[in-house]
Amino acid sequence: MRQVIIIGSGPAGYTAAIYAARASLSPLLIASSVEAGGELMKTTEVENFPGFPDGIMGPQLMMNMQAQAEKFGTEVVLDDVVSVDLTGDVKTVTLGNGDVHEALTVIYATGSAYRKLGLDDETRLSGYGVSWCATCDGFFFRQKTVAVVGGGDSAMEEATFLTKFADKVYVIHRSDRLRASKIMQDRAQANPKIEFLFNKTVDRIYGDELVSGVSLRDTVDGTETTLDLSGLFIAIGNDPRVHLVHGQLDLTDEGTIAVEARSSRTSLPGVFAAGDVLDVTYRQAVTAAASGTVAALDVEHYLASLPTHLLQTASA
Amino acid sequence: MSNALDVTDETFAAEVLGSDKTILVDFWAEWCGPCRAVSPILDQIAAEHSDKITVVKLNVDDNPQTAAKYQITSIPAMKVYRGGEVVKTVIGAKPKGALESDLAEFLA
Repeated sequence: MRQVIIIGSGPAGYTAAIYAARASLSPLLIASSVEAGGELMKTTEVENFPGFPDGIMGPQLMMNMQAQAEKFGTEVVLDDVVSVDLTGDVKTVTLGNGDVHEALTVIYATGSAYRKLGLDDETRLSGYGVSWCATCDGFFFRQKTVAVVGGGDSAMEEATFLTKFADKVYVIHRSDRLRASKIMQDRAQANPKIEFLFNKTVDRIYGDELVSGVSLRDTVDGTETTLDLSGLFIAIGNDPRVHLVHGQLDLTDEGTIAVEARSSRTSLPGVFAAGDVLDVTYRQAVTAAASGTVAALDVEHYLASLPTHLLQTASA
Repeated sequence: MSNALDVTDETFAAEVLGSDKTILVDFWAEWCGPCRAVSPILDQIAAEHSDKITVVKLNVDDNPQTAAKYQITSIPAMKVYRGGEVVKTVIGAKPKGALESDLAEFLA
């Protein structure tokens, strides 16, 4: 049995692992099979992570974090968690390969998943012109017309990135005010290939085998227009990944894992949460990393409070 | 590194379309993180079912004609070919179990 299992391999998970490993807790980190490294694996240059004045590529940053966590004794497993039992003194975590791991504490840092528009043909055309990842799929839209849906930093980043390939990039946003930071907005607005379509929502996606266009509804006057497109990139936000803990941990009205004040303590003793799974507001690599630190320190504090007989069951 | 054979625009017709075996083509690129994640999983599936399916890789950067012909707009894209025809398409990196169930009819 372990002292701590960390579920998730974004900045929150790896930072929690660095702290827990340096505290000699020999953490086991379940990184996922195909999403190891988390959201930053799908980004390009990260310019706002302190300590990298020239920026760093997102995937490189995550590989560095993993190396730092492993250096101090974190064991990283590239598999997916299929179920958890978080009640009781000993928590169990079951993986896709059938392995069952036990620990006295769990840090839950599963992040968030892309939000869908909720349109009929969105899933059918996903991978056939509908995408949630410009850095993955932008390459295939050379000299094409594409659109990004959304008004946040991710939408601005995707739109700017897509101009490397596409001839024309529309940004479709439901209001006339962007949520994106000023620097990201300015960069997108200065780009001659980008055109903003404000006060518009996507009503329908057209396309037999591949996306051919969308119909847009004006949120002010209700008029409908169509737009011919080859690609539709959706960047309208994320929802916390909490499906494995439904019914076990208390959630907030926003769907995040509820924690006590500024701590990482969830509604169950010995279970801690970190990163985007408890934060729909800030969602930065740095805030997730900080949140991972909080969780690791809370784990140390909790373990110190446990009776000796329990602690002795956990191997170092 | 993957053990899978690399196919190209030049060899695709002979190695894939002309093969009498069931061939899974993994359309991938260096810059595609999810491709790197799914590659070892495909290697495992290939090793465990070598009598049923052969996995080959096509780099979309180096082989744009084949990628365009099969209308690839998202990678990793995994297409199963039999007798020169696409009989199954799976898009996106998935855990091993999910890929195995997507490909079940070819692995049994």
